[in-house]
Amino acid sequence: MMLIPCPYCGPREETEFHYGGQAHVAHPADPAALSDTEWGHYLFFRANPKGRFAERWRHSVGCGRWFNAIRDTATHELVRVYEMGEPEPVIE
Amino acid sequence: MIAGTARLPDHPERLWPNPEPKRSYDVVIVGAGGHGLATAYHLAKEQGVRDVAVLEKGWLAGGNMARNTTIIRSNYLWDESARIYEHALELWEGLEEDLGYPILFSQRGVLNLAHSLQDVREGVRRVNANRLNGVDAEWLDPAGVKEVCPIIDVSADVRHPVLGATFQPRAGIAKHDYVAWGYARAAAATGVDLIQDCEVTGFLRDGDRITGVRTARGDIAAGRVGLAAAGHTSVLADTLGLRLPLQSHPLQALVSELLEPVHPTVVMSNAVHVYVSQAHKGELVLGAGIDSYNGYGQRGSFHVIERQMAAALELFPVFAGAHVLRTWAGVVDVSPDASPILGRTPFTGLYVNCGWGTGGFKATPAVGRCFAHTIAHDEPHPLNAPFGLERFFTGALVDEHGAAAVAH
Repeated sequence: MMLIPCPYCGPREETEFHYGGQAHVAHPADPAALSDTEWGHYLFFRANPKGRFAERWRHSVGCGRWFNAIRDTATHELVRVYEMGEPEPVIE
Repeated sequence: MIAGTARLPDHPERLWPNPEPKRSYDVVIVGAGGHGLATAYHLAKEQGVRDVAVLEKGWLAGGNMARNTTIIRSNYLWDESARIYEHALELWEGLEEDLGYPILFSQRGVLNLAHSLQDVREGVRRVNANRLNGVDAEWLDPAGVKEVCPIIDVSADVRHPVLGATFQPRAGIAKHDYVAWGYARAAAATGVDLIQDCEVTGFLRDGDRITGVRTARGDIAAGRVGLAAAGHTSVLADTLGLRLPLQSHPLQALVSELLEPVHPTVVMSNAVHVYVSQAHKGELVLGAGIDSYNGYGQRGSFHVIERQMAAALELFPVFAGAHVLRTWAGVVDVSPDASPILGRTPFTGLYVNCGWGTGGFKATPAVGRCFAHTIAHDEPHPLNAPFGLERFFTGALVDEHGAAAVAH
């Protein structure tokens, strides 16, 4: 069970949250211009690092708000949480 | 010997040699789990490729092969899946003879329970699809479910009443360690080198051609390289800048203490996310769904097993007094359509076998045959042709989310 620090409510148990996968995946600016290969990458390909990962969480049964987090997928350490729309922080 | 339990067969004194790695092989397989070992076996046996090494970062069959719930079935919805899983089941039925080694394959059948009208409709549809594909399947009403598995509570006044089930009588379980050891022994007997404690950390390349692997025990040249590293395939592919449509998640399971034989079949439930069988020695083996987040930690969240046990107890009140012996997680690589990726890559001489998600064990013999064919001929076997990477660009997905009893 992870203790996830919601930026608005403080630390809460993992069961209060919904996982949203990789953060900072931008919708194509000009969708009609994409090739099939580019579409495939946009739809289906996400980073899958063993280590630090920028991802989205929603505090579903708390404030209901989405936020971003940097989490280590090997150790489960939550390195940083930050607001949607903020750029991915550079750590160390 | 305890009354009511089956005595496990004795092992031969020597299972396989433990050689030093050579500096070069025709084929290197990364990962000595069931898939890697079966592939090496079929490379030698059917493709005549005997200069093969299987490299394993830990010990042989100590990853997901040691962590799965050993269920074997072929009742998948789509034609492409039915073909490859049914081929695997046919091979399972002759595997003990083929390998000359006991694997304790027990065809005790599998029930996939329905708890809602929608489940019923989907189940009946799957039975019809299975029969059209030559897969044994029948639809059972609650009384029929009770007949196959008397310990299931089929009363109507529970939270998730059992409204029926699909039943595949030829499905079952096998002893996963014995399966690995049988393949390892048979592969080693043909001259395949099984190298443990030899983590692959990267690749040797000449432009877009892969020429070998970097390992914890030095570089090893290879004519061709096959990846069978399950949940860690992305980590390896990343070293080449090769992105794969995979997300790795913890998948949890647990076993109870040893019990008298109480559970005669395999029971799975999509709606309540539990699947249960009783191992040969007597433990109840319970699988859960994957944890939602990406994770490589080989452990998951407690609330997942809590829900899984609550579901199991509602279905099987007789389990109420059972104690948990141990829990664990494997790292599974889930693809966007819940189907495997098995085929060539954009790199010449590099082949992937990944994305089996929660269901790789049952496919082991078919993976061995198909992946060996793919590597030896540089083109997919007809059975794995639909499962290439290109489907994520053509849109020809094989959407099997509904065919696994796991949320993923």
